[in-house]
Amino acid sequence: MGTKRMGKQTIRLESRPVILASASVGGKQESKGPLAASFDYLSEDTYFGAKTWESAESAMLKKCFDLSLQKAAIQADTLDYIFSGDLLNQCVGSAFGIKDSNVPHFGLYGACSTMAESLSLAAMTIDGGFANTVCALTSSHFCSAERQFRLPLNYGGLRPPTAQWTATAAGSLILSAEGEGPVVTHVTTGKIVDAGVTDANNMGAAMAPAALETLCTHFADTGRTPDYYDIIATGDLCEVGSAILRELSSLNGYDLSSNHNDCGLLIYDRGKKDIAAGGSGCGCGASVLAGYFLPKLRSGEIKRLLFAATGALMSPTTTLQGESILGICHAVAIENLGGAC
Amino acid sequence: MDTFTEFAKTFAVGGLLCAIGQILVDKTKLTPARILTCYVVAGVVLGALGVYQPLADWAGAGASVPLTGFGNLLAKGVREAVAEKGIIGAFTGGLSATAAGITAAVFFGLIVTLIFKSRDRS
Repeated sequence: MGTKRMGKQTIRLESRPVILASASVGGKQESKGPLAASFDYLSEDTYFGAKTWESAESAMLKKCFDLSLQKAAIQADTLDYIFSGDLLNQCVGSAFGIKDSNVPHFGLYGACSTMAESLSLAAMTIDGGFANTVCALTSSHFCSAERQFRLPLNYGGLRPPTAQWTATAAGSLILSAEGEGPVVTHVTTGKIVDAGVTDANNMGAAMAPAALETLCTHFADTGRTPDYYDIIATGDLCEVGSAILRELSSLNGYDLSSNHNDCGLLIYDRGKKDIAAGGSGCGCGASVLAGYFLPKLRSGEIKRLLFAATGALMSPTTTLQGESILGICHAVAIENLGGAC
Repeated sequence: MDTFTEFAKTFAVGGLLCAIGQILVDKTKLTPARILTCYVVAGVVLGALGVYQPLADWAGAGASVPLTGFGNLLAKGVREAVAEKGIIGAFTGGLSATAAGITAAVFFGLIVTLIFKSRDRS
């Protein structure tokens, strides 16, 4: 066990679990964004054929799951586990979405960091020898998240410029002990950071210190510097949080100015009304990773990616009670070790 | 000309009350729900002090339609019921006077939910 651990929070995955395939699904807002072409499936109908927003999210998640199986050319019964999470109470988006898959399931909650959490655990399970093929899956839906975390959908309250738009999107990754594709080399699991921010409309500021903590720990644990990576992708700090992260990390001696990007900034045209500071939600980081970054890693256009998804841990109740918004960030190093793979 | 003056007064007072609300939305961290509640309470207080009714008489719907008008109606109902039934009127008067507005809100709310389906904002 000792040999797999590096420093305080990082592990090295010696068996190099492979990301065999990835799929992403998005809704209407995503189809208008700059990454529209990266999605495997876009639906103009944000109900995804369902009757409620909650079942719409499950239908979207299932679509994404099915697409990833198709792309990996495997059947669901090949999977040993599914690690899946979403933003809804009791993780029902995932539970209802994959109920017919007949695969052992771990339900996760990491707010917008869920994709990095499910990917970490999926890769660790393979590296530990407990599984051969695993699915890491995550979704969020604007309409179900809005009433889960904020206000009823038709309430029509104003959104401040720091607010982020929850992506209606899902991402699914199929990992395997063998095969061709980008590999997961390191996982740095984040700690909970309480920056004292209480404004639920400013989650970027609440999560930036957590991203800083995890990135600095990752660099210290691995002995790497930011320039080792072609891209360091956080998600979803958006405009406000990204600026804070870049400034804080340069104060800590790590210059992120050349290769840092943020999934929340990439997914939408920020000039647009309502988008405000950028995108968020588990599906944002998940779909940008699955649809945008992983194909680039596969083609060799980028060789080394540090995917550092951030999450704001809170509930509407704790926010009303005046508690601060807790931040968390998990980092996963994904590399293309060969040429085009 | 008289009609025009009526309209102008209604527009000016109603618009002013809404403009104050807009400033509160933009410049403070108050949620819309809190602002609405403040408006009702302000209407009750101004109504109880006898300030609001003259304004409502002068500006008509400009003062009675905004939520402060609802507050004023609560105060007015209580005052009338107390005069008629004694202290029990303090408990019954407010809702009796505003019953039409409240029932209409519930009724039309129900009709709308039966006809329409929640829509995505994207």
